[in-house]
Amino acid sequence: MNSWITSNVWLIPATPIVAGLLILGFGKHARLAGAGVAVLGQIAALTMSIFAFAPTLHVHGFRGVQNFTWFTFGEQSLRLGFVLDPLAAAMMLMITLVGLCIFVFSVGYMAEDKNFSRFFAYLSFFSGAMLGVVVANSLLLLFIFWELVGLASYLLIGFWIERPSAAAAAKKAFITTRIGDMGFFLGILWLYHQSGTLLFYDAGRGCLENAGLAALGGTATFIALLIFCGAVGKSGQFPLHVWLPDAMEGPTPVSALIHAATMVAAGVFLVARVYPIFAIGAVNGVTPSLTVVVWIGVITGLMAALIAVAQFDIKRILAYSTVSQLGLMMVSLGVGGVAAGIMHLLAHGFFKALLFLGAGSVIHGLHHEQDIRRTGGLRKLMPVTFTTYAVGMMALSGVPFFFSGGWTKEEILHATSNWPASHAPYYFLLIGVVLTALYMTRQIIYVFWGSPRGNADHAHESPNVMTIPLIVLAICAIAFSIVLTPAWPWLESYLTGHSAPFDSHLLLRPILLVSLVLVGAGFTIGVLLYRRAQDVDPVQRAQPALFRFLENKMWIDEVYDRTVIALAALAARVSDWMDRYVWDGLVRGFAAIGQFFGALTMDADEGVINAGVDETTDGARGFGRVMSRLHSGQIQTYLGALALGMIALLLFYAWLA
Amino acid sequence: MTLSIWLIVSVALFCIGLLAALSRRHAIFILIGIEMMLAAANINFIAFWRFAPQPAQPIGVMVAIFSIAIAAAEAAVGLAMVIAVYRHFHTTSVDQLDRLKG
Repeated sequence: MNSWITSNVWLIPATPIVAGLLILGFGKHARLAGAGVAVLGQIAALTMSIFAFAPTLHVHGFRGVQNFTWFTFGEQSLRLGFVLDPLAAAMMLMITLVGLCIFVFSVGYMAEDKNFSRFFAYLSFFSGAMLGVVVANSLLLLFIFWELVGLASYLLIGFWIERPSAAAAAKKAFITTRIGDMGFFLGILWLYHQSGTLLFYDAGRGCLENAGLAALGGTATFIALLIFCGAVGKSGQFPLHVWLPDAMEGPTPVSALIHAATMVAAGVFLVARVYPIFAIGAVNGVTPSLTVVVWIGVITGLMAALIAVAQFDIKRILAYSTVSQLGLMMVSLGVGGVAAGIMHLLAHGFFKALLFLGAGSVIHGLHHEQDIRRTGGLRKLMPVTFTTYAVGMMALSGVPFFFSGGWTKEEILHATSNWPASHAPYYFLLIGVVLTALYMTRQIIYVFWGSPRGNADHAHESPNVMTIPLIVLAICAIAFSIVLTPAWPWLESYLTGHSAPFDSHLLLRPILLVSLVLVGAGFTIGVLLYRRAQDVDPVQRAQPALFRFLENKMWIDEVYDRTVIALAALAARVSDWMDRYVWDGLVRGFAAIGQFFGALTMDADEGVINAGVDETTDGARGFGRVMSRLHSGQIQTYLGALALGMIALLLFYAWLA
Repeated sequence: MTLSIWLIVSVALFCIGLLAALSRRHAIFILIGIEMMLAAANINFIAFWRFAPQPAQPIGVMVAIFSIAIAAAEAAVGLAMVIAVYRHFHTTSVDQLDRLKG
């Protein structure tokens, strides 16, 4: 079984995709069958992921590769392939497990939706596409699945297509990520031009192996940055982060999937996958491309954390926290902590899915109320949701020891503090940690403490089908921390392939204290500020201008509206004008010339050639009419003519003689 | 008996045949007229052969016999055509058989 799955790893993405297509084939009335097939497909993918995970445990740095030729043109052949290594195996396990929880949750959350089965078809497809990104052993194959992920996110964000805002958000997500993908694709082309292969691992000849990397030389920085463009778009990094909060228009399980397991994880995963290209020519682990990654991550992380403090939509707060956390991961990758970044990605997958599903449970319990000012006091009304949400909140804030997010965040801080290029990112990240604890405290106080506002007193706990996934994810968010501690960094050693001895001294590093103090500070400020939270936010009262700035997302959308979009609109108008008057005029001019010559030749034809032909035919007809009179059809007339002819010949002969 | 007598007989027979072929309306009579003209031609052959300087070799007779054989075949084809025409048009009067009219 083990060897079987390592050589058939393509089955893992294929199963959910096939399940999705099957569900579409069932039609919209097969609701139970649709959900059943989706969940079964996800369970199958999870099982296969576990079996694929097993062999990677035995061998350090295990790497199973199957390449095949897609097609051949001339001398060149385009080869694709699948790879199974610790990075892929760990990602698959997280994606399928989180995906399964989300699928099961969706059965309850979407129970009343009329397009229930279509939703599950898209979810399956989404999950399968993301698994494809993870197991691809070719940048081209990765790009194909990458775009499929984009398509699935478009379909799901715009799932409630009858809402104009959902349709707009879907378009925004698709187009914004497309800007990044443009750069990504250029990077792929350039990479192929330089190294002649897009396979990652190909027995020493792949583009991530020594020969391929050597072929890149000085262009590596530009190629890496172009590829990073794709990651910026997909992972919602500044300046292409604007689509991610708008993607909240989709159903909440979709948000959970996008923010935890799929889509945004793809960008971070991509950077981790092609990390050797970023790291070419590194001095002390610093390269120009990695420095860009770090600063983009820092800007994104800090900006999103600030914006999150001033949002009122329960899902938007989580959305900005995702953007912020993704920035953190990018920083980690940039400073060389690839394992730390991926560990945070995996841990984040669990607790962010938990938070989004918890938010979904709140929204479901409040009959689609998303404004945290009209919630409150849900602690007693929705105890399971509250408990699990609190676990997620602790993990996201980075409370050490018991929660997975705490260890990974500490790991990232540790890696960042050791970055030789600059210490500034480290201090910015510390501010980010305080802000994260602050906005999560604010959210949880608004939603679960105090007295119910609005219609919140009618809230009810969600059914088991929704709470059980929450409990499973909460357990994961806590239990996952066992393999993350610096004392026994099992996951890190698994990802990097270095052995990790148990060392209890490392459990208490100074950074732990820093982390603890900062998180504590965030909580304290949060509690002090929002203790008596009401309809008006305390920060809003104290600093209305600042709050408005943050509430409106730093007016980045508006800035884009005035600059990039206005420019695009202007270009479109100019093009339209050119099309209408210049090009169209040219075409019309040529058409007029053509028409003129047409008329000329028509006259010549009518007057000269046709007349001549007519005359000829008239003549022929008249002649024929005369001649046809001779043909009476009377045989004897003909015979008589013959006889006369003969007599004439005889007379002629006689005359000659 | 001189050559001219035979030639006169031959011409007379040919003219009678031609007259028959031109004037009779019945297809079979026209055929008979044509046969008469052919017979006149055969008489010519025989006569010229009989009064030639070296009549020893039977060339003229051979040509005549050959020509009669052809005439027989021609008569068979002609009669078959007449029958076919009759079946198709229900007449053998050549006045009415003017489908070849231009």
